[in-house]
Amino acid sequence: MALKITGSLDGKDLVFLPWSTPLEEWPAEYVVALPRGISRHVVRFTRIGNKVFAVKEIGAQLADHEYALLRRLRKRGVPCVKQIGVVHGREDADGNPLDSVLITRHLQFSLPYRAVFSGPLREDTLNRLVDALVLLLVRLHLVGFVWKDCSLSNTLFRRDAGDFAAYLVDAETGEMHDSIGAGLRGYDIETAMTNIAGELMDLQAGGKLPEHLDPVEIALDLPPRYERLWNLLNRPVSVSREDRHELDSHIRKLNELGFDIAELQVDGSSDAGKVRMRAQVVDPGHHSRRLMRLTGLDVGENQARRLLNDIDSYRAGQMAQGNASARDEQVCAHRWLTEVFEPVAAAVPESLAGKLEPAEIYHEVMEHRWFLSERLGHDAGQEAALVSYLEDVLSNKPDEQAVLGSRSGRVSDETQEIRLVLPPSSQ
Amino acid sequence: MAKVEFKHVEKVYENGFHAVHDLNLDIADGEFLVLVGPSGCGKSTALRMIAGLEDVSGGDLVIGDRRVNELPPQDRDIAMVFQSYALYPHMSVADNIAYGLKLRKMPKQEIDDRIKRAADMLELTANLDRKPAQLSGGQRQRVAMGRAIVRQPSVFLMDEPLSNLDAKLRVQMRAEISSVVRSLGTTTVYVTHDQVEAMTMGDRMAVMKAGFLQQAGSPQEVYDHPNNIFVAQFVGSPPMNLVKGKLQREGDGATLTIGPSTLAVPAAVFAERPGLADYSGRTVAVGARSEDMDDASLKGDAHPNSRLNGTVTLVEALGSEIVVHFDLDGEKVETEDTKLLAQEIGEEEIMGDEGTVKWVASFAPRSRVRMGDAVEIAVDVERLHWFDADSGESIR
Repeated sequence: MALKITGSLDGKDLVFLPWSTPLEEWPAEYVVALPRGISRHVVRFTRIGNKVFAVKEIGAQLADHEYALLRRLRKRGVPCVKQIGVVHGREDADGNPLDSVLITRHLQFSLPYRAVFSGPLREDTLNRLVDALVLLLVRLHLVGFVWKDCSLSNTLFRRDAGDFAAYLVDAETGEMHDSIGAGLRGYDIETAMTNIAGELMDLQAGGKLPEHLDPVEIALDLPPRYERLWNLLNRPVSVSREDRHELDSHIRKLNELGFDIAELQVDGSSDAGKVRMRAQVVDPGHHSRRLMRLTGLDVGENQARRLLNDIDSYRAGQMAQGNASARDEQVCAHRWLTEVFEPVAAAVPESLAGKLEPAEIYHEVMEHRWFLSERLGHDAGQEAALVSYLEDVLSNKPDEQAVLGSRSGRVSDETQEIRLVLPPSSQ
Repeated sequence: MAKVEFKHVEKVYENGFHAVHDLNLDIADGEFLVLVGPSGCGKSTALRMIAGLEDVSGGDLVIGDRRVNELPPQDRDIAMVFQSYALYPHMSVADNIAYGLKLRKMPKQEIDDRIKRAADMLELTANLDRKPAQLSGGQRQRVAMGRAIVRQPSVFLMDEPLSNLDAKLRVQMRAEISSVVRSLGTTTVYVTHDQVEAMTMGDRMAVMKAGFLQQAGSPQEVYDHPNNIFVAQFVGSPPMNLVKGKLQREGDGATLTIGPSTLAVPAAVFAERPGLADYSGRTVAVGARSEDMDDASLKGDAHPNSRLNGTVTLVEALGSEIVVHFDLDGEKVETEDTKLLAQEIGEEEIMGDEGTVKWVASFAPRSRVRMGDAVEIAVDVERLHWFDADSGESIR
């Protein structure tokens, strides 16, 4: 059977990988040593140019299924790894069939759970990690996706303005529906809770979990956190006709979580003088979309919220100085980008650029400036804060970037078949 | 342990999709029942209704002696098993088996008792303190089984548990699951789209299509006496060969004309299928299993009126048999079911050119047929299957 590679243009260089060799036996020159979670399949990372890809050996039908699911999830704005391609028709040197392969883009600056949980871990950091996972699960359920194998091994975490964002890595057990009921959601939560308990107990057994953390209590906390968030997103809000504050507060809270409000459904009058309204939550990404519109920066949701706050502050300052162009939000945002954000990014020496992604560095510089200012009792200034941050903070952080490279450039999301017909002996 | 009963159960989703229609199915206490059918047939929906993950739209679902339609999942004493086979590398075998019970804050003594019982059954007692890396592949699979066993539910539910495994591991786990479930005697409902799993694992299989139960029975019963063309072709590998033929009574027996060939149909066939008498002079759909045909040249002059003629297109010598693919002159059987099944397994497998059908026969290993040969095929006419050409229902 001829080798068949289906995928986006980003994967065109993948044709030259050793497809006739079982993945477990790939020569070291093709393999990037990155931490992997526990997987039922063989997984390896490989580098082409400045990009790293995850390669998973899997049955043909499953490979197609997972590729299609990841594509659908990405179109719905759910944070997950990017599907690149599927390779079918593999054979070894003796002509024996090999499993197909699913290729995804490695998520830069992402942290597998073992790295996150086995370092020094404060309780509030733990809370943010669990919240990130819960938020991911809620977002998946909102678009009708049942995971059936939610676990830390199937998730990657990325810093997002001091918080964490969770990304789905493995979708092979997943199903997509128009909507899912409480029963299936409950099953997903139960599975997540059980898997996470096992993974944390395993870290504990390996002496890698901080002593003060109890795997059982962490896992048991997942269902109530999920229910709180789900109810927040879906419960009706009673609003007095005279006082809109509760509704405004509710909407603000949802926005802060990164959800848009598409429409308010009036369910009909309940108590006298009140109207029941239900916010219909649709695709999240409110802040990141707004930031993209204004500056072209593509960052995580919390990072976007932080940067937008900074733009708003900058704009207020410009207007206070009588700068008329500051009235135009777009113009002002562009000035902020060129006069404030980019100089910070450019000031980071190349030797430190792999520590954190640029938006996260900017966020941390702002935080550092605030702490310095508090200590001094007056504004420490951007330049001083930046120098201090680079010397005292960033240089001591471990690298979170898998390879040197950037997230610039947009990869076509169009799938096309690259039909490479080679006689088996020439693979 | 408990029985499970579907009594006129319906499932209609909010968007109007009718996933399960009037399902009536009794699963006896301790039975291993396999729900099988193509994607979208309603088998997973039926399983999820047992689990309480999907609401029941109509009818009654009974587990043990309780109607459970409104009972939440955690109160049904069922266990969905085999979500994950991953063994945790730093945990001992005992902890790998029982960590789920710790999560549920079960008392330590009870956990220890359950581990011991599961380990004894799985022959893992000597390995409880070891780590997974120190185990053989088979032992690791049994550890995964142990997780299900220690839960001790009344009913095990398994939704395509092997679909994410590679082929070799799938075969091994199939055997492990069958063995353990039978030892436990726990009522088990197992969903699969794979008819080989259905044939080899269950006490009974229930074949579903488009939300309707087609047939329930032991694997051999369903294989030997399919209710309709869909079941006939879905169960068995290779699928049952089908062709249209004209039946004509002659005395006590009859003739069956398939393309240019004529087969003699003995009286015994009508004795076993009284309904067939109504089809004299009509076109019927006839099915033949691959093992009910052979190379006529090996039969000498026996049964001269039970021969078909074909052209060999592929020969696969497997040692114990020779699988022969051949083209046969005759009219295709085309129903919604044959089209659905063609999609499932690849259309070129069962559809031939106009006026011919593609059949597969299992010849004795001493046959000398080769690709391209004109071949005479001896057919065991008494083992043919007879279907109404319009409805696809079995003629009995």
